Amino acid sequence: MTANPTANFKQVNHSVRKVDAVQLALGKPSYVADFAPRDALVVKMLWSPHPHAKIVSLDVSAAEKMPGVKAVLWHGNVPRIVHCTAGQGFPEPSPYDTFMFDTKVRFVGDRVAAVAAETEEQALAALAKIQVKYELLKPVFSIDEAMADGAPIIHDEPEAHVPIPIPYEPKKNLVAKVGCEAGDFEKGMKEADFTFDDVYETPYAQHCPIEPYVSLAHVDSSGRIFITTSTQVPFHCRRIVAQTLGLPVQKIRVIKPRIGGGFGSKQEILLEDVVALFALRTGRPCLWQFNREENFRTGRTRHPIRVRIRAGIKKDGTITAIGMDCWNNTGAYGGHGLTVVSCCGSKVLPLYRCDNIHFDGKVYYTNLPVGGAYRGFGATQAFFAMESTMDKMAEAIGMDPLKLRQLNHIKSGEGSPIFAALGEGKEGVPMTVGSCALGECITKGAAEIGWDKRTDWRAKTGRYRRGIGMACLMQGSSIPHIDMGGASIKLNEDGSFNLLVGATDLGTGSDTVLAQIAAEELCTATDKMIVYSSDTDMTPFDVGAYASSTTYLSGEAARKAAADAKRQILHTGAEMLNLPEDQCVCKDAHVQSKDGKKSVSYSDISCYSLYSKNQYQIIGTASHITQKSPPPFAAHFAEIEVDTWTGNVKVLKYVSTIDCGTAINPALCEGQTEGGTLNGISYALTEQYLFRNGRMTNASFTDYHIFSMRDVPPIKAIIVPSFEDTGPFGAKSVSEICINGPAPVFGNAIYNATGARLNEFPFTPEKVLNAIRAVKK
Amino acid sequence: MKKNPNTVSFTLNGERKTFITEPNEKLLALLRREGYKGTKFGCGQGTCGACTVLMDGRAIYSCLLFAMQAEGRDVRTIESVGTHEKPSEFQQELIDGAAVQCGFCIPGMIMSAEALMKAEDVYPDDVVREYMDGNLCRCTGYEKIWGALRRVLDRREEGREQSSESRSDPKA
Ligand code: FES
Ligand code: FES
Repeated sequence: MTANPTANFKQVNHSVRKVDAVQLALGKPSYVADFAPRDALVVKMLWSPHPHAKIVSLDVSAAEKMPGVKAVLWHGNVPRIVHCTAGQGFPEPSPYDTFMFDTKVRFVGDRVAAVAAETEEQALAALAKIQVKYELLKPVFSIDEAMADGAPIIHDEPEAHVPIPIPYEPKKNLVAKVGCEAGDFEKGMKEADFTFDDVYETPYAQHCPIEPYVSLAHVDSSGRIFITTSTQVPFHCRRIVAQTLGLPVQKIRVIKPRIGGGFGSKQEILLEDVVALFALRTGRPCLWQFNREENFRTGRTRHPIRVRIRAGIKKDGTITAIGMDCWNNTGAYGGHGLTVVSCCGSKVLPLYRCDNIHFDGKVYYTNLPVGGAYRGFGATQAFFAMESTMDKMAEAIGMDPLKLRQLNHIKSGEGSPIFAALGEGKEGVPMTVGSCALGECITKGAAEIGWDKRTDWRAKTGRYRRGIGMACLMQGSSIPHIDMGGASIKLNEDGSFNLLVGATDLGTGSDTVLAQIAAEELCTATDKMIVYSSDTDMTPFDVGAYASSTTYLSGEAARKAAADAKRQILHTGAEMLNLPEDQCVCKDAHVQSKDGKKSVSYSDISCYSLYSKNQYQIIGTASHITQKSPPPFAAHFAEIEVDTWTGNVKVLKYVSTIDCGTAINPALCEGQTEGGTLNGISYALTEQYLFRNGRMTNASFTDYHIFSMRDVPPIKAIIVPSFEDTGPFGAKSVSEICINGPAPVFGNAIYNATGARLNEFPFTPEKVLNAIRAVKK
Repeated sequence: MKKNPNTVSFTLNGERKTFITEPNEKLLALLRREGYKGTKFGCGQGTCGACTVLMDGRAIYSCLLFAMQAEGRDVRTIESVGTHEKPSEFQQELIDGAAVQCGFCIPGMIMSAEALMKAEDVYPDDVVREYMDGNLCRCTGYEKIWGALRRVLDRREEGREQSSESRSDPKA
């Protein structure tokens, strides 16, 4: 590797302006609902008020006669096709356990019947006329109840199955299980000087994009269904809607306009089948948007997971054994259940060197809200347990917890048996770590927070006590051998390019990042790129925005497509200059002779190729799959102040370092890091689902508090560069990792302030106070 | 007096307009169906700020207000702020400062900032937070939005100091 491979970059590694920033700042129509025509019908759903019940009878006849009502959908008049709503690769590593409408409801917020009417009022009035008789069934509200002998069976329908050969036992409410062993865990525990065995619990949470779920459909003049939808997975959406409605893929076009945030929640097909069928039945455009309450109750959530960690350590800091057992509550449907619990292991266990590892993950149904993909994806849950354990181990052997991490964390050139053992629904891929700047992340973060001034909690007195905590983190970049991204790029007369990508910008800035990558490869400026993402009729395929894959995977697809176009540009440019191709280079949107004496602009090359001689369209196309999933790394630190009278935790400062390889757009990387970190802070301190008989009782921003501008503590994002040889211009992923830090960091900081160790969060004043009271000095 | 009870008349972005409405229609719904799509639906509960517009210069949640309540008032939406050729100062800072991620919260943020700049002459942090607290953003962590706004406000404060200095100069 050269001394500084990033030094000559002109487009990447620069904070160029986000390509859609102006239109969004001006409030121009950009999002799904902005495109609803005036005559669009309004869709409303009758949701189950019960956590577990059979629908004995359902009568929609009165509703159908209500003014303004154009159609009603219910289990009696839709296809009964079992499928999975999780937008994953095909065949999915998730159970097919969902019907468009079923004769059973499995959580408060499950579908019962839907109405499309001229106005919202009319739709709501019609819902009130639907007659439903339920036979209530015993609900299951916890993992323990779900696992118990004789537990009520949540999925007793005969059609339920998993499309790939993995364990699935719905009669036992078991959605999936996965495990792996490396070395000899029991032996490792015996070799330890100190052993630990603790159980940690992480809570439900919702992504809370400010734009709720929303979908719009109409039947085009050609008879095809056009669905404009707020999705992270347009291509999976097309496939799953086709499957659910029993239609060919050909009949459906899915368009993703600008998206008002997703964070994983929109990796799910929750509305599109309904608007599509309504459009078909009524011949009218149909718009369905969730209100905030629906977004909480029916929208996807973060899986609550119980993590038991057993670990052993020697006095010298050698970790002799790590055992992780996870119980994942996936709620009423099983989408993402297996993959989330797999990531508890695969995205966490490789971080520290250890020869003896045990991992076991189990996933259970309950009659609670449904888990899905959420930024962090299992790593968030498991890092809370892992990083709390690291601090406990450090204390036991009398070592600085920072030093213990430095001593044990994985480094460039090292592998982990976990990489090969744990994949997504199948085995993983063996891998050694390429780029890793975690060491520098730790030292930079420690300096920024003032780690040196950290003192033992036993010396602290008074009402307000300060504490400093830290955590180290990793994630992945795409799913190797599974994810695929495609891009194509064509040259226009004025030297501008249309960059068409299946990759799905959901507000992250990926259109900009991909434009920068393509522009760098093509030796032109980013503002010459007209980016279009994503549209199943127009753009190449891409699995979509998940698994931290867009920059690393789709970015490389864009780079390869650009390289393909560049070859053609060079060919035609050389022809125009009357030089052999190997005597020409691309520079500043020109093809020029190597000595720089002769040159021709991309614009002239385009005009020549389109109008003059040997005409053809200069267009590059490429796909990309990855062989590995290089982890980004992070070290997080915080200083907090605990009010020992009230249990209130005040964050004085938060430091979020990140090694994401080359930051393609440093300002956007900082934005991802700041935003993900604040989401993690909010999750760690305040966010939780409260239930009464399975019904969420706090389904609004008034009662489910997410941080506002007033609550924000000072957050310092520090990008620590590294260079990942396998990524586009050295890049890895950035978006997910940062949400994993705050819970363990605060857990460790609260301990450092007060001696109270909390094994579950959010760290509400009540919980913290109780824990402090239990501390004996 | 209104002739038709099912209409509402108000000044919208500087133009006097009359719309047909229903007594239970919210201002947000009316604005959006009339093509003012920059005002967003984020919760409908008065808790997120995506629907913020100005009414007589004050920031209000248009999802809570009935359209009828706008009768005779002066309503301004994001459509009245900036153009492609000339974004407002705050818009420019947001654009240049990488503060727009998904952008869904941004029109509301801008309208709250407009209200702040209309009503206040000085902008201490706590006052600014007070004005901006009703606008939730889930993407940015607020850092870059805050930075962009602070730059605009600092410049305004500076400008005002300078102009008051130059005004007081002759007396000196
Ligand atoms: S939509 Fe009005 S405050 Fe959220
Ligand atoms: S930028 Fe997405 S909500 Fe603020």
